[in-house]
Amino acid sequence: MTASNIATSGGHDGHGVDLNANYLKAASGWRSWVFTLDHKRIGMMYLAAVSLAFLAGGVFALLVRLELMSMGRTIMGPEMYNKMFTLHGLIMVFLFIIPAIPGSLANFILPMQLGAKDVAFPKLNLLSFWVYCVGAIFALISIVYGAVDTGWTFYTPYSLTNPQAQTAVISLVLGAFILGFSSILTGLNFIVTIHTLRAPGLTWKRLPLFVWATYATSIIQVLATPVLAITLLLLVFERIFGLGIFDPRLGGDPVLFQHFFWFYSHPAVYIMIVPGMGVISEIIATFSRRAIFGYFAVAMSSLALALLGFLVWAHHMFVAGMSEFATMLFSALTFLVAIPSGVKVFNWTATLYKGSISLAPPMLYALAFLFLFTIGGLTGLFLGTLSVDIHLHDTYFVVAHFHYVMMGGTVMGFFGGVLYWWPKMLGKLYNVKWASISAGLIFVGFNVTFLSQFIMGSRGMPRRYYDYLPQFELLHRVSTVGSWIIGLGVMITVGVLIVSLFKGKAAPPNPWGSAALEWQTESPPIAQNFAETPIITRGPYDYHLATKAELYDGFPTQRGG
Amino acid sequence: MTQEPTFQLPPAMSTFAARYDETYYFIYWLSVLLFVGIIGAAAYFVWKYRRRPGVDAEPTGHNAILEASWTIAPIIILAVMFHVGFRGYLDMAIAPGNALEVRVRAWQWGWDFEYPNGAHSNDLKVPVNKPVKLIMSSNDVIHSLFVPAFRIKKDVVPGMYTTVWFEATSTGETDLFCAEYCGKDHSAMMRKVFIVTDDEFQKFLEESSGPPSGMSTEDWGKKIYGEKCKSCHSLDGSKVIGPTFKHVWGEMVTMTNGEIVKVDENYVRESILDPLAKVVAGYPPVMPTFKGTLGDKEIDALIKFIQTVK
Repeated sequence: MTASNIATSGGHDGHGVDLNANYLKAASGWRSWVFTLDHKRIGMMYLAAVSLAFLAGGVFALLVRLELMSMGRTIMGPEMYNKMFTLHGLIMVFLFIIPAIPGSLANFILPMQLGAKDVAFPKLNLLSFWVYCVGAIFALISIVYGAVDTGWTFYTPYSLTNPQAQTAVISLVLGAFILGFSSILTGLNFIVTIHTLRAPGLTWKRLPLFVWATYATSIIQVLATPVLAITLLLLVFERIFGLGIFDPRLGGDPVLFQHFFWFYSHPAVYIMIVPGMGVISEIIATFSRRAIFGYFAVAMSSLALALLGFLVWAHHMFVAGMSEFATMLFSALTFLVAIPSGVKVFNWTATLYKGSISLAPPMLYALAFLFLFTIGGLTGLFLGTLSVDIHLHDTYFVVAHFHYVMMGGTVMGFFGGVLYWWPKMLGKLYNVKWASISAGLIFVGFNVTFLSQFIMGSRGMPRRYYDYLPQFELLHRVSTVGSWIIGLGVMITVGVLIVSLFKGKAAPPNPWGSAALEWQTESPPIAQNFAETPIITRGPYDYHLATKAELYDGFPTQRGG
Repeated sequence: MTQEPTFQLPPAMSTFAARYDETYYFIYWLSVLLFVGIIGAAAYFVWKYRRRPGVDAEPTGHNAILEASWTIAPIIILAVMFHVGFRGYLDMAIAPGNALEVRVRAWQWGWDFEYPNGAHSNDLKVPVNKPVKLIMSSNDVIHSLFVPAFRIKKDVVPGMYTTVWFEATSTGETDLFCAEYCGKDHSAMMRKVFIVTDDEFQKFLEESSGPPSGMSTEDWGKKIYGEKCKSCHSLDGSKVIGPTFKHVWGEMVTMTNGEIVKVDENYVRESILDPLAKVVAGYPPVMPTFKGTLGDKEIDALIKFIQTVK
């Protein structure tokens, strides 16, 4: 695989970057970061930014749970509570979960998996990061102006008429609008990169599944995000000029907004989950030392999810007063989504069969993903079944369902991916024991928090409620305690990574003994990734074809094969 | 009959609930089966094929039949689920023609229920074993009416009417929620549904009806006249479909059967509740009954109003 004979241009790139030096040291000074065109540095800046967003969104989640600890007022009034859950949702969706894996992990790893020196449009890549930051600033401005209490969905006419300061809603909506551009730029960049910058010998059938997943995600980002932009602009115009598109007092249709909104936001669910699935495929292959079973089906199922994701938006609106015919159609289409999702789960499970399985921290997250995503997927069947959805719609059952998919899926994928590629990205090892303890706490805490919400929801507890009836208090308490366990687990992971950053031992090039291409270079990689352009002679998961040198197994506590 | 709440579901108090719970638990047990199968297999493989010195993973092979079967088999299960769900949904979508219609108005942050006789209430009161159709609208933002024990929910949208129906199967009380986020006091839109016998319901209608506050009985009668009687009975002596109300009070009137009757309280009351018992000569017997629509108080108010039409 690494047999290489095409010499790359060595030396410097004309901007003072030493292409053959460790990318973290290839240039110095703040300008070398702010204006960097290196996908790895941009990836690291994204990683820092989305991690901060995750921690901020997490603090809001803990506050929401704390308020719900007891009936009536616990620590805040209803207006503050409504702002808290709105901020939690908005930050997690727009500032964390959409950009998290594409912005940080894919930015760093995808060009390396392709054997490329960088993405196709490095300047666009940098622009996408700074556009993200500008969007985030608009979101912060809205908090300064008293924050928004519309929920992350901005449903009209409430988002048009609520007494909250106009400025806050408009600023936040513009922030989401701007963040959309960042998402489109990233997606476009990856599509072109995957098409044009694959190393010699890296055929489509040898593409890592993370690349396939990112490819599918990028297509959705490019096609769906403009619809969000249109919707959000219409919302701003409606608020400022009173156009009468969504506001019934002006002859508009508030349900139209929901169609527009979900026409983006349902495909966006796949923008959120498909990259996580890609990460999981990589981790399961590496820690089973085995190619993913049904590779082609797993790759195609990502594309199938991308396509089907566009056709099911109205299943968010089964009780909104749509026609019976439309409702039937969207229920039928929704069930189709279960098939590619099922294919992935079955294939991951089959990959474990006759593997050589190591339970290193990234693998713990991958198995947690398998467990939690399966629950998330199966509970989706309840919601796709029309008659059953009617009772469960807008209850905690839905809240639990999408947290099992989004947090149990994407966040587990993100954590697993960060721990998997951390030694590559930063050249440092971390404390495996504490990382494993943390993974266990997050897993247990997650189930305590959200299994109780399934039961609350099916018993009839509506979502977005500041106050509730006595029969729900016990389950709310359990859920709140669960959120503390998650919080503790996350703080331990943060601690483990900070200690690793400053005191971690130097990582060898391939600490996990992976056969994949990104591990066949220095840790951390040199500025141009590979000293010579690699020539690909086998797939990324062909452990039986990899040489002993390629599978060097260097993570001290993981040796033994 | 009330079915007691189960671990996962609230009490079952409508005709939908039994079927709903059946479908819910069908999907639940199917999911449990799939979950145990998948996670059980994964856990077993993780233990059985844990990394051991000197043991390599076996290269991944192909198994087209296995792959095809776990792609196709779910389609069949999903088709069954879709079918069951859609049939249940259709039952819930189409209200029977004889349903009692209750008008629901939602606003930030409250509910108003208006019954056919014009009575209003803040909590919903319905008769048992009788289909009830709610015709809903919102004064401001989107709300959603949710009664877990009935397994019903429907958004209440400004600028349009939405409807939902149910038939309660046992007397008692249960909770009603707003399920669509509507601002500050969203969670304060919790109300009760009282399910009572038909007799109690009629009694409730009569007791809770009455002139709107600040309106005299006469004016209320005039209002009811405007809503219910005006299209057939004039006030100016002109002949429409039925006799005019002008100067009618206290008159001796000839019926189609030749009987002569004095227009008094009893005659007017009888004409409203059983219009075809005595029909005035020269008029067709076409008046519908207002039994169940107009309560005693309304009838009294109408009588009071008719006395004043000179």
